[in-house]
Amino acid sequence: MTTILNVSGVTKTYDGGHEALKGVDLEIEEGEILALLGPNGAGKTTLISIICGIATATSGTITVDGFDHVKDYRAARNLIGLVPQEINLEPFETVMNTVRFSRGLFGRPRDDARIEEILKLLSLHDKKDNRIMTLSGGMKRRVLIAKALCHDPTILFLDEPTAGVDVELRKDMWDIVAKLKRTGVTVILTTHYIEEAEAMADRIGVISKGEILLVEDKAALIKRLGQKELLIELDSPIEALPEALASHPLTVSDDGGLIYSYDTQAGSTGITALLADLRKAGLHMSDLSTRQSSLEDIFVDLVKENAA
Amino acid sequence: MNWNAIAAIYRFEMARTFRTLMQSIVSPVLSTSLYFVVFGAAIGSRIDQVEGVSYGAFIVPGLIMLTVLTQSTTNASFGIYFPKFIGTVYELLSAPISFFEIVIGYVGAAATKAFMIGLIILATAHFFVDLTIVHPVWMMAFLVLTCISFALLGFIIGIWAQNFEQLQLVPLLVITPLVFLGGSFYSISMLPPVWQTITLFNPVVYLISGFRWAFFGMADVSLGWSVLAIAVFMTTCLATIGWIFRTGYRLRS
Repeated sequence: MTTILNVSGVTKTYDGGHEALKGVDLEIEEGEILALLGPNGAGKTTLISIICGIATATSGTITVDGFDHVKDYRAARNLIGLVPQEINLEPFETVMNTVRFSRGLFGRPRDDARIEEILKLLSLHDKKDNRIMTLSGGMKRRVLIAKALCHDPTILFLDEPTAGVDVELRKDMWDIVAKLKRTGVTVILTTHYIEEAEAMADRIGVISKGEILLVEDKAALIKRLGQKELLIELDSPIEALPEALASHPLTVSDDGGLIYSYDTQAGSTGITALLADLRKAGLHMSDLSTRQSSLEDIFVDLVKENAA
Repeated sequence: MNWNAIAAIYRFEMARTFRTLMQSIVSPVLSTSLYFVVFGAAIGSRIDQVEGVSYGAFIVPGLIMLTVLTQSTTNASFGIYFPKFIGTVYELLSAPISFFEIVIGYVGAAATKAFMIGLIILATAHFFVDLTIVHPVWMMAFLVLTCISFALLGFIIGIWAQNFEQLQLVPLLVITPLVFLGGSFYSISMLPPVWQTITLFNPVVYLISGFRWAFFGMADVSLGWSVLAIAVFMTTCLATIGWIFRTGYRLRS
């Protein structure tokens, strides 16, 4: 795997003093899909804007396939396509014209056949002569993607691609990203929907208050998700763990019950032995339940830790 | 140079002109015709001649300038303001294109449109008055330079403006009065001596005077001053744009 994008020590302080990014480091591998998760105001859009040249970094360096994004801005920007969060389109233009304009801006000669291929990929081909203002919100978002793809970028940024779109369209968007991955495009998307990150990404990064808190393989995060807890309520609450149960990974809950942590991926969960030992210890259960930490829990915990 | 990008911007802007044909071309022709009817026919019949030129013909260069200055300014300011307003400016900023290329695209299109309108007005004027142009090459040169200079000014206004009101402010409150008071409809020598001096501080006087010299071979100020004035104005605009792009003023956060 080769690194296609390298972000190193990027900070951004706005004129008013607001510190939007506090030293972001990020490496993106060619062909991967990275989801950048973060609450509103975390710095996701600022980071993307800086990489794409819409905003300037206060400090730090960014290279795109080895090209410095300021010194070699032409070479760097040629490799990047950006789908912004807001639907910003010329309402009176036709789909074809507006995509042609984008292709021209990126220095590519006119090639309607290539544009039509992209429109087909995005199920937009039958709308190519329609004016933008006559399209639905979902179609407009596809036009934005077509504009970003029409110069055949290596890296595509999707800033909140499914913000405010209905469920069906979200699924469509996921399919489009999967298609793009098959064509070898590196995709970096921001979202605050965790299920979206789970559905699309190879790696997941969590950003909060201008800092990247973690970047991890989705598989590794899913493994963390494998951790489950068995909650045991007792007839008569206890205050301390009885000696007989000391060998089990147990903690006493606030309401005097027991919490047993186990790994669903492991060969044996140890639940049967635990239940047998509970009876031996003379404890009577009134209820049993299990809970699984979701990606959302991990995310919320991380963000809370960061806020503390 | 990213020529494809310049061509893309230029074509996109020109397409807007042709899409709004009524507003872009028909309306300046109509308003010019009205000026001819009112000033040329109604008032002009009471004014014999201005320095040997019939009054109807005398106002032609001023009328062309009036429209060309306003058109090149508003076209260029709207051209760059509109993407800022609807948000599509992100694409300009993230494309592999230099600011210089952006300026050529937008200013080139705005100047072309203003130039075309200038020629249309000139053709329209032929229906109302007899015209012989003494220095046609100079006339064209003045027209082209004026279109470009004021399109540059418009570009600056478009970047500076943060709402539609500000966008209208400069053309309406600055350019129109300067043109009306710049000798479009009269010769400076018709003014009282004090006003003759004051009016020399109006840069548009030099433009109209030079342009009128190209038409009739007579001028309020010497040709050299006119050429110098337009050169200074253009340089100032270019320097301002250079500064805007170096600092990212109102474009890049």
